[in-house]
Amino acid sequence: MSDGVIRAAHDVLIVGGGGAGLRAAIAIAEVDPRLDVAVVSKVYPMRSHTVSAEGGAAGVIAADDSLDEHCYDTVSGSDWLGDQDAVEAFVREAPEELLRLEHWGCPWSRRPDGRVAVRAFGGMKKKRTWFAADKTGFHMLHTLFQTSLKHGEVTRYDEEFVTRLLVDDGRVHGVVAIGLLTGRIQALTAKAVVLGTGGCGKVFPFTTNANINTGDGMALAYRAGAPLKDMEFVQYHPTGLPFTGILITEAARAEGGWLINKDGYRYLQDYDLGRPTPTPELRSMELGPRDRLSQAFVHEVEKGRTVDSPYGPIVHLDLRHLGAKLIDTKLPFVRELCLKYERIDPVHELIPVRPVVHYMMGGVSTDIDGATPLAGLYAAGETACVSINGANRLGSNSLPECLVFGARAGRAAAEYASAAGRTPAVVEAQAGDEVRRLEQDLLGRGPGGESIAALRDQMQAAMEEAAGIFRTGPTMAKGADTLAELQERVGNVGLADTSRSFNTELLAALELANMLDISECILQSGLQREESRGAHQRTDFPARDDERFLTHLLVHRESDGTARVDRSPVTITRWPPGERVYGR
Amino acid sequence: MADSIRLRVSRYRPDTDPEPHWQEYDVPLRKEWTVLDGLNHVKNEVDTTLSFRWSCRMGICGSCGMNVDGEPRLTCATFLSDHAPGPVTVEPLANFPVVRDLVVDLSDFMAKLPRVKPWIIHPDDHRTVEPDVEYLQTPEQLDAYKQFSMCINCMLCYAACPVYGLDPEFIGPAAIALAERYDLDSRDRGERERLDVLVEHDGVYGCTFVGECTRVCPKHVDPAAAIQRYKLKAAMETVKAFLLPRGAR
Repeated sequence: MSDGVIRAAHDVLIVGGGGAGLRAAIAIAEVDPRLDVAVVSKVYPMRSHTVSAEGGAAGVIAADDSLDEHCYDTVSGSDWLGDQDAVEAFVREAPEELLRLEHWGCPWSRRPDGRVAVRAFGGMKKKRTWFAADKTGFHMLHTLFQTSLKHGEVTRYDEEFVTRLLVDDGRVHGVVAIGLLTGRIQALTAKAVVLGTGGCGKVFPFTTNANINTGDGMALAYRAGAPLKDMEFVQYHPTGLPFTGILITEAARAEGGWLINKDGYRYLQDYDLGRPTPTPELRSMELGPRDRLSQAFVHEVEKGRTVDSPYGPIVHLDLRHLGAKLIDTKLPFVRELCLKYERIDPVHELIPVRPVVHYMMGGVSTDIDGATPLAGLYAAGETACVSINGANRLGSNSLPECLVFGARAGRAAAEYASAAGRTPAVVEAQAGDEVRRLEQDLLGRGPGGESIAALRDQMQAAMEEAAGIFRTGPTMAKGADTLAELQERVGNVGLADTSRSFNTELLAALELANMLDISECILQSGLQREESRGAHQRTDFPARDDERFLTHLLVHRESDGTARVDRSPVTITRWPPGERVYGR
Repeated sequence: MADSIRLRVSRYRPDTDPEPHWQEYDVPLRKEWTVLDGLNHVKNEVDTTLSFRWSCRMGICGSCGMNVDGEPRLTCATFLSDHAPGPVTVEPLANFPVVRDLVVDLSDFMAKLPRVKPWIIHPDDHRTVEPDVEYLQTPEQLDAYKQFSMCINCMLCYAACPVYGLDPEFIGPAAIALAERYDLDSRDRGERERLDVLVEHDGVYGCTFVGECTRVCPKHVDPAAAIQRYKLKAAMETVKAFLLPRGAR
């Protein structure tokens, strides 16, 4: 069997070995050990981008906190586009998921009495962000990965890249994947597939995201007929290092850091975010939400109050008043990154920062159990859009989102797989088509066509121009035209590397095709949303328009490859749309 | 500062090359550029067939370890200017089979990792502990194992380890450090199980305490100390086995 088109058959196949994927795998192993589960990931699981998350994971645990307050912060942070039933489930289950990680050995930072410590975070009215110094994602990912090793029955396909979902009669039946080490291209069949492949920051030139964040799961789902939701909402994190785009965590501001312009002035006070105080005030100033802080930066640029650098205008993050002891205890990675990549010491010097693409609020549309409209296909984490994040995600909500919805998607996929029937024979023919496409069309192509790197650069430039912090209809339309031209040209990329073994040029070509599809969805949704909400700010439609746009936008792929946008309602349970108020 | 620097890169394609060979590329020398930036310049602008692993470019994912001028390094955290005027030699990590160009085969480590049981072993696992209660762990108890929890599995210590180079059965620095990380965790009760594993198969005894692992660790983990502690634990067990009747241990 292993030499045929179909390499192996599983009950549930998880694509992606980061926070969401591993949590899903463990959930399935625990609820029904008889199910045959496999994780296929294009990198070793501990390399997944969850590893780069720094600041923390939100979950109500403090005596003065409440589930309702976390819900309200998340809903208002989302500019009322989050689905409130999903937010309520998320907030309720986040603490137990974080405790589960504690029981699995996550080295959470502690209070002197041994209880888990919590810190402030942007847009949160109470201290509820659990943290492991400022390497929270790293520790969570390694805890999940190491715990997953306990479940030896979970099969892993490390360094295997999924190129296609196999779908018949409206049901998903598996994937085709390339084993990077061997170049072997074969199908893995499954009764259910869970996507947990992370985000797609690499569609932009300047991003905190890792090289692997190319929107693979979103593109796979989109091409298989599952719609993508709320794709126009791209989060710019206000504090990235110039040139590299490396993230300086929001925890730096939560611990008391200040954002100052070229005059040393805490400029956020000019943008309806409250008054400066010496110590941090929750939901105020530097602890406002990310969308508003990144927008304030652009206004400072317009006023000429930013500092010029070789990599564009910057402002400064000032941690000097926090002292070496606090920085080394709570923010050691910030200091390490600044010393290494900027050659400055934040204990004594200002950190240059600028907004940087960080996170996709949108993704594969799912229900509250991670189910997509395509039977047998599930998604969780940044790949998915449930939606709890709406138009703007709050910092420290994404890590627990991976856990809560990873577990939910895993359990739902397990239940579905237990009841699903046999894999139809037609799937083998479909897989054969995909193998031929990859082997003959791509691997046999040879050099001399379009350059992958050049097309990728042009796509990223077009996206930065069209889908930045502020947007207009005409700039997005122009960007969409550029993307259409790039879509034509990507069919002619040259592939000088004909080797089977670890062919990263082939991988880059496939990733570029994924990113172009995602980019198109971002702009098509953005064009349709003629209002300003959260991270989607249009200077030609500067106000929020609940009358017309208190709704999700779904992008579907038509059979001719074009994008069609339609709508689905936002679920409102207990928090009717209101004004987002910060600092007052 | 000169405006370019030469990379001397080890190339190997198993389908066509009988053995690895050198290829040289001149890349821009900029003060912000790491060795990884240089390699990406080659990949994007000069020679698209060069293969190497990388991802986070911020020293936390552990993908981009290579031997740079003979030393195992994270290429995303190694600056070209620190190797000027060059040429800078870039090779795959030593002690591993080479898959292709700068990519090595890590399957030996991935198979060893679960053997040291790198997870919390406790009679009350999370299904029996009350779900809304955490294990208490003071900051001091956290500090006891914290440095051993910082390993990013980048494999630099295996590339530096002369013992692993000679004896692939040696379980190796990162895996032993991880075992010690759980042993020292106040929530764990699995010390005995891990010791049994590490005493078998020349788990720790292979180490001749060269200390190269600790020296090259980019995250300041001290695997050499972990190995020493295991040797001590194993010796204590041996002594107990002589002095105490079976069952009293």
